[in-house]
Parts: sequence; C-alpha cells; structure tokens
Amino acid sequence: MHPAGPAAAIIATLWWVLLIGATAIFLLVAGLIAWAWRRPPGEVQERRFVVWLGLAFPLVVLAALLAYGLVIGERLLPRATPDLVEVRAEARQWDWRFGYADAPGRVTENELHIPAGRPVDVAISSADVVHSFWVPRLAGKLDAVPGHVNVLRLEADRPGRYEGLNAEYNGPGYRDHRFTVIAHDAEGWQAFLRGERP
Amino acid sequence: MNALRRHRALSRIWASEPGLRGWFTTVNHTDLGRMFLAVAIFFFIVGGILAMLIRAQLASPRSAFLGPDHYNQIFTMHGTIMMFLFAIPFFEGLAVYLLPKMLGTRDLAFPRLTAYGFWCYVFGGSMMIFSLLAGVAPDSGWFMYPPLSSTIGAPGINSDFWLIGITFVEISAISAAVEITVTVLRYRAPGMSLSRMPIFAWYALVTAVMILTGFPPLILGSILLELERAFDMPFFQVAAGGDALLWQHLFWLFGHPEVYIIFLPAAGAISTILPVMARTRLMGYGWVVAAAVSLGVLSFGLWVHHMFTTGIPHMGLAFFSAASTLVAVPTAVQIFAWIGTLSKGRPSLHLPMLWLLAFFATFVIGGLTGVMVAIVPFDWQAHDTYFIVAHLHYVLVGGFVFPMLAALYYWMPHFTGRKTYFKLGNTAFWLIVPGLHGTFLLLHWAGLLGMRRRIDTYESGQGWEAINLIASISGFVMSIGFALVLIDVVINAAVAIRGSRDPWKAGTLEWAMPTPSAPYNFASLPQVTSREPLYDAPDLPVRLARGEGYLGDPSRGRRETLSVEIATGAPRYITVFPGNTFLPMLMSAVTGLFFLGMLLKTYWLVPISATGVICCALYWVWSLGGTTREGALPVGHGPELLTAGEVADPPGWWGSIFLLLANGTFFGSLLFGYIFLWTIAPNWPPPRYAEPGPDVALAALAGAGLAALGPRLRPGTGLLLLLPGLGGLAWAGIRILTRVPDPTAHAYDATLWVLMGYALLHLAVALVMALFVAARGRTGHVGAIIGGEPRIARLWSDYAVLVSGIAVLAAALPGWLT
Repeated sequence: MHPAGPAAAIIATLWWVLLIGATAIFLLVAGLIAWAWRRPPGEVQERRFVVWLGLAFPLVVLAALLAYGLVIGERLLPRATPDLVEVRAEARQWDWRFGYADAPGRVTENELHIPAGRPVDVAISSADVVHSFWVPRLAGKLDAVPGHVNVLRLEADRPGRYEGLNAEYNGPGYRDHRFTVIAHDAEGWQAFLRGERP
Repeated sequence: MNALRRHRALSRIWASEPGLRGWFTTVNHTDLGRMFLAVAIFFFIVGGILAMLIRAQLASPRSAFLGPDHYNQIFTMHGTIMMFLFAIPFFEGLAVYLLPKMLGTRDLAFPRLTAYGFWCYVFGGSMMIFSLLAGVAPDSGWFMYPPLSSTIGAPGINSDFWLIGITFVEISAISAAVEITVTVLRYRAPGMSLSRMPIFAWYALVTAVMILTGFPPLILGSILLELERAFDMPFFQVAAGGDALLWQHLFWLFGHPEVYIIFLPAAGAISTILPVMARTRLMGYGWVVAAAVSLGVLSFGLWVHHMFTTGIPHMGLAFFSAASTLVAVPTAVQIFAWIGTLSKGRPSLHLPMLWLLAFFATFVIGGLTGVMVAIVPFDWQAHDTYFIVAHLHYVLVGGFVFPMLAALYYWMPHFTGRKTYFKLGNTAFWLIVPGLHGTFLLLHWAGLLGMRRRIDTYESGQGWEAINLIASISGFVMSIGFALVLIDVVINAAVAIRGSRDPWKAGTLEWAMPTPSAPYNFASLPQVTSREPLYDAPDLPVRLARGEGYLGDPSRGRRETLSVEIATGAPRYITVFPGNTFLPMLMSAVTGLFFLGMLLKTYWLVPISATGVICCALYWVWSLGGTTREGALPVGHGPELLTAGEVADPPGWWGSIFLLLANGTFFGSLLFGYIFLWTIAPNWPPPRYAEPGPDVALAALAGAGLAALGPRLRPGTGLLLLLPGLGGLAWAGIRILTRVPDPTAHAYDATLWVLMGYALLHLAVALVMALFVAARGRTGHVGAIIGGEPRIARLWSDYAVLVSGIAVLAAALPGWLT
C-alpha cells in the first residue's frame, strides 16, 4: 500500500475506489435494515426490493466496476515498448535465481537488479513446486508453475531496494523464501551489466 | 383407535433399538440427524482449537511457540476440518433431521444410506484425527497443490491421509446428496406441490444437486493424485506430460461451488427463520427460489477466480471476473428480499433474530470484499495474503456459522422439547460477534501491507504487530463465546422446563408434531394446501395425531410412507422402509478397510475389502421387497396405491438417476482432464499414441450394440445378448491397454489406464446387476418380475455402454487425428 511503481500505484488507486464504494454500499444496507426494523408492519412493494435493489442496483454497479477493472488489467499487461528490459526469475525450494537478457550468463541469487524508470518484463518459472513472484510495492503477483513461463510487467519509479516475496505456500521454508529487488539509476544499471557491481 | 394407542403402535414399528445397540443399528433420520450434528460440532471444536493454536502462534512476532512443521500441519488441518468435517456434515445433519419433518413425511428416501453415510463420515473423520494426533497430518495447505503435495514435496504419508481420508468422507456427502434430492422430489406430504414446498427444501435441493455435480471433480483429483503418489502415474508431473495446473482446475471446479454449498443451506435457514421472527411471510418466494437456483448454476462458472495469478490469458480472466461479479446479483436479490420481509413484518429481537442481524453485518462486508477480489488487478495484489483470509472468514463465519447459530437457537426447542430458559446465549452473542470482527477486520489491512497467508511467524517492524495482537486476543474472546454456546446448549437440553409445541408460532410442518418428535414424525400424513399449513389449520397437529391424515393405520406393522408425484405432490405409491440393522455400519467399516489398505499400502487388503463391500451391497439390495404381490392397498382418504416394489419407478430408480448424475460428472471431469493435458500441458504429445486397430473398433461397436439391445428384450434372451455385449466392450478396453503397457511412462498412458479402468469397472457393475436381477426374477421377487428392478439394471448397463464407448473413442482419437 506504499506503491513505488506505476502498476502498484494503479492497483492502490483501485483499492481506495473499492473501499469507498464498499463502505457506501454497506452503510446503505445497514440503513435499510434500520429503516425496515422501525417501519410499522404492512404490505410493501415487492418489486422495489427485489427488482430495483436486488437486480438493477447491483447490475449497474458491477458492470461499471467490471469495466474499470478490465481497462486497468489491460494497462498492466506486458506489451511491447521500446525501452523494455527482460529478466528471468526461476524459483526453487527455497531460493530465487535471476538471469538477464542484456547480460547473458549473468545469474544473481535472491537479488534482482533492474533499472529504475524503465518497464521490466520478468519471465517467471519454477524448478520444482508452485511458487509465486511478488514485489508488493511494484506490482501484483504472478505464479511460478512448473513447465510454464509467466511474464509479469513491473517498473520502479525511483532507484532503491524493494522487498520481494514468494506468495504461494511451498513447504517448510516458505516464510524466508524472499528476495530483494535493487533498482539502479541509468548509470548504475550499465555498471551492473558490465559486471562492475555485484 | 385413539391417538395414544396409535402413538404406541407406531412407536413400536419405528423406534430404534434400546440402549447402546440402538446407536449402531438405527436408520431413523431423527437419530442420525442428531448424530451427524453432534459429530460435526465435535469437529468444529477440534478445528476451533487448531485456530486458537494458530492465533497463539501469530500473536507476537518471532514466536517460537510452534515450528513450521507443526504450524503447517495445523493450518492445513484447520481448513480441512472446517470445510470437510464441519460445514458440509453440519448441513447434512440439519437436512437429515429437518427435511422429512418439514416435508410432512416419515423418513428420508433411503434410511440405510443415511446411516451408511454417517458411519463413513465418522470413520473417515477418525482417520484425519488420528493423523493429527500422530503428528503426520497433511501439511500442504487445505487445497493441496501438487507438486508440493505429491511425492516431490511431501514424501511422507501426510498427503495420503488427506487424499484417502477426505475421499472416504465424501462418500457421506454424495450419499446424503442423493438422499436429499430424492426425498425433496418424491417424499412430501400429499398436495405439497413444488410451489408449496417450504423454502428450506428448495435450498436443500439446490445444495444437494450442487454436491452431486461439485464433489466429483475433487474426488477425481484426489484419486489421480493418490495414483501419482502410490503408483507413479504422472498426472501432475510436468516432465512426464502432466501439469500441476490440472489439479488447480479440478480442485477449484469443486472448491468454488463448495462455498455456495456452504452458504445456500444457511440462506435456506435465514429464509425460514427471518419471516417467523418478523411475524410475516417471506417476500418474493419465487424470486428467492430463482436466486438460489441461479446461484447454484453460476457458481460453477467462476472457479478460475482462485487462479487469477497462475498466468491464464487476461481475456480468459475477464470472463471469470464477470461471472464472479455476476454471482453477487442473486445474492443481492436474496438480501433485499429479506430486508423487504423485515420491513413488511413486525420483527422482534429474539436470539435467532440477533444472530441474523450479525449475519447481515458480517456477510455483507464479506460479500463486498468478495466483489473486490473478483476484480482481477486487485486480486493480483490481494491473492494469498491475509486480505483473503479475512474475506473468507467473513463469508464463511458470517454466511454459515452465524445463520447456523440462529438455526440452532430457532430449532433447539424442537430438538429438546424444552423452552430455552437460560440466557447464556445472549452473553455468548456479545462475545462472538465483536470477537469475529476484532479478529478479522484489521487483518484485511495486514494483508494489504504484505502479510502473506500461511507464514508461521514474522519479523517485527512491518506494521502488523498491533493488528496481530488484537486479532489474537479477539480470537480468544470469540472462542470463549463458542464455549458458552456449547454450555448453553447442554444446559438447556438437560434441565430447562418443558415448552409448548411451536413456540415461535411458525407455519411449517416440522412444528405440527409433539417435541421432541416421535420416531415416526407424523401419526398420519397431512394433506397440504398451502406453504404454511399450520397458519391455515392451527388444529392440524391434533387431527394428525388422531389419524385423520394418510397412512394413519399402523395395522400392516411396517414402516410406510407415501411417495408423491414431483410437480403436483399427488400420492403415487407406498414406500416400505427397512427396519433397524447393523448392515450400514458394517458396510462402511468394510469400506474403511478398503481405504486403509490404500493408505498403508497393504494392497492385498484392497481386493478383499472391495469384495466385502460388494457382498454387503448385494445383501442390502436383496432384502428389499418380497415375493408376494400385494396389489393396491388403502392409504386412507379414498385412493388405493401400489407399493414401491410393484411400480416402474421405485426409489432405487430415482436414486440411481442422481447417483449417475454424480458419476457422469466424475467421468466428464476425467474427460476434461484428458483434454486439458492434451491441449495445455507442456510436454505433449507423448512419444507415441495407442493406435487401436479395426478389431478394437469392431469389438466396441458390436459390444455396444448387443449390450444396448439386450436389456430391452425378454429377460432370458436379453441376458444372452447383454453378456457378450459387455464382454466385447471389455475386450476392446483391454486391447487398448496392451498398447500402453506402462502407465508410469507418460500422463497420456496414465490417463488411458484410468479411462479404461473406469469403463471396465462400470461394465463389471452392469454385469453384476444384470445377473442379480435375473436371480431375483428366478426366486420370484416381485420387484424383478413386475416392478422396476430390470429398469434400474438397464439404467446402469446403458451408462456402462455409454462411458466405455466414449472411453474407447477418446483413447483412439489422438492416434487418428495425428
């Protein structure tokens, strides 16, 4: 909830919209129950409750919400862009290995290096069981499924260190199955690719 | 005959045996319903204790109370027990107890099956408890994702307990579901048309059909995973053509309907209790029924929302996201119909109503967070965090436990025949409800701050310590509340004063009897003309006790009830129920040996116990019906009806239909798995396809033709055609297996073995049933000569022909296409 990249920021905004909407609907329902409780007995219009409140109201709200969610989801997808950086993440019980398209042969363990301010595609795979790649402050999560490669788009606004987690339960070492994302400035990234920095 | 003498005569006929023996031989739904509920509550206590251990562990950072190995077993078993050993059996118990009474009949359609299901539940549940006590409980999370739960991640016996124990318990879910479906459709009071059914019966019907179509994918998944673990058949191992995602699809294909299987009975209880509490009738009965049915249908279209983060293409996700939000609509229809009911009535704040208000407050929040996680991008963040944990506890506790507490306090006078006198329940309420919100409300936030579910402990300084401490304290407050409820129930059952019949002034038939109810429910069966028979005729209970309804004459000295036409509720035939017997318990114990043999890998026990189960089953069915024709018998009020043995559609035919529905879903899931692997799994195609020659095609076609024709001819010639027909199909299946001799080579070979095994099993069932009916005919059993038994056997042999034909075709198809 402290976003440091565009993907996480979009989802954080989505959350606040959802929270406000949900609170409003909850108050509406609570208010209706209070009203129903105090109302003197007598016939009421069935249509008003069932058709308007029960059918029409949720349909309208949900359609709007769904459209919003879909548009956001499309924006978060990995699409071709000019300054794209490609990295690989392979999970196993219980560590992470990262490889880099721009520096073939270079492998880092439990540390993912990326340039800040550029979109990064992470190709996620697994060597054993199901894991999940998650850097909460940068983007949503995506699973590492044996035999499949999933691609997650993330981007860090500023250089810095961001905590990464495995988010799918994977046995006794689950708690400490973490990694760190290190976002470099342009200069630092070039230095990393040249192998001058660990 | 006066009311008292009728009561004594009927009690002699219907009562279970006295003393300890009675517990094991009873087939009466009142007894078994209570036993189901008691055992489910026992498992709720066990699951609750595990929850307290979890909260104790998480109360403070870096806790050393439990290590990860114990913690992993505990959270896995907490989820497993609450889902499979508490929620579903509690619904079954409630339905088993209430349905015949609400529907105005004397027992469920298959009394011995109720008992069989109950004992399977007890024995299977005991296996799970044993694993917990022995420290070898499953530890891969309650949804058991392979490869973690398979031999790669869990080489020990832990996962086997889950796969085998839960499958054993599922027998009880399937048998209860068949039972409930047939009962609601065919066993009602005369005149109770579908539109006059109590609303709870509608919900029970929808739930039962959902169990029949929702559980088979899980049972299939468990069998496949156990085959992989025990015999190396690589369904989920990607290197040999399997796919871990197949399990996730099969599991959630069950797992999401499961959520509604839990919620719908609760909604049924609400729709029953709330109008009574508001002293009015339910608003929009038709709308509510439609909402329940559409919930049931929609819930099968949204399993993928548990898999939004597995890398499925975004447009695919969009479909399931839409379905997931759409499911909120029928839920909203019900919620607003209930609020409308409140507004037209005069609600009063009895304890059941209090629990319903807690339901509204909690479930609406849970529903709204549910809509949030149905939105794909939000789920990418929230998935597998404490946000989900909080959401699901709001939905399950708010949507199931609270309404069930309302139900408990509402029907307790019915169970005990006493007034709820002590007011401990109100104190408990004020501990449980704030306790629940205190535990889970803030945990939503912890999840958004990055607290993952299933971590055994955490470092300080992440902003979650206070939230977790509050959650743990509230959790313990809630547990104290549940303990008070338990004490309250025990005290009220034991020492409270005798109450009046129908204390809530309800209109449904379960209150038209003295409480606690007599084993026969109704001294005579009522003629129903509306949804609330007691509102129309307040003196109905007295008239029924005087024998003014149907079947009020106990002189035939056997357990009789009426079976009605589905739509109109017009009486059709008399069903004669079996009496008390050890057979169901014996058969479930032998079934248990079968599962135990699988579990302990003592495979010599498996065929022996399987034979034992078959013998029990044959003995079971043999004892039905007699050898003398009775013709039409008087039932009171004019019409004379045949007994079930002499009609074309006896209860067994209807039971078979719904069992085959579940069975067909199982087979469908198997085909789904096959197609899924074929199209999605990475390491396909296999090295080579089995390419059955024309001999196989010929044998299968000729076999199918003969076996389909045989049962439609005269019994003697029919059998002469059927036997070679079944043989031809079996030969085709075995020929295919000789082309894929090693089921461990590739997921394709393994799948073919399962397909053919399934076909051969059903061919064998068809064979046994045909021979059985022939033997019944020769020994002069009415049911096999003029009754429906040949039709039942035909149903099963047609099914066997169908599935083995499809299986052979499915096996041959990839070879032909490439």
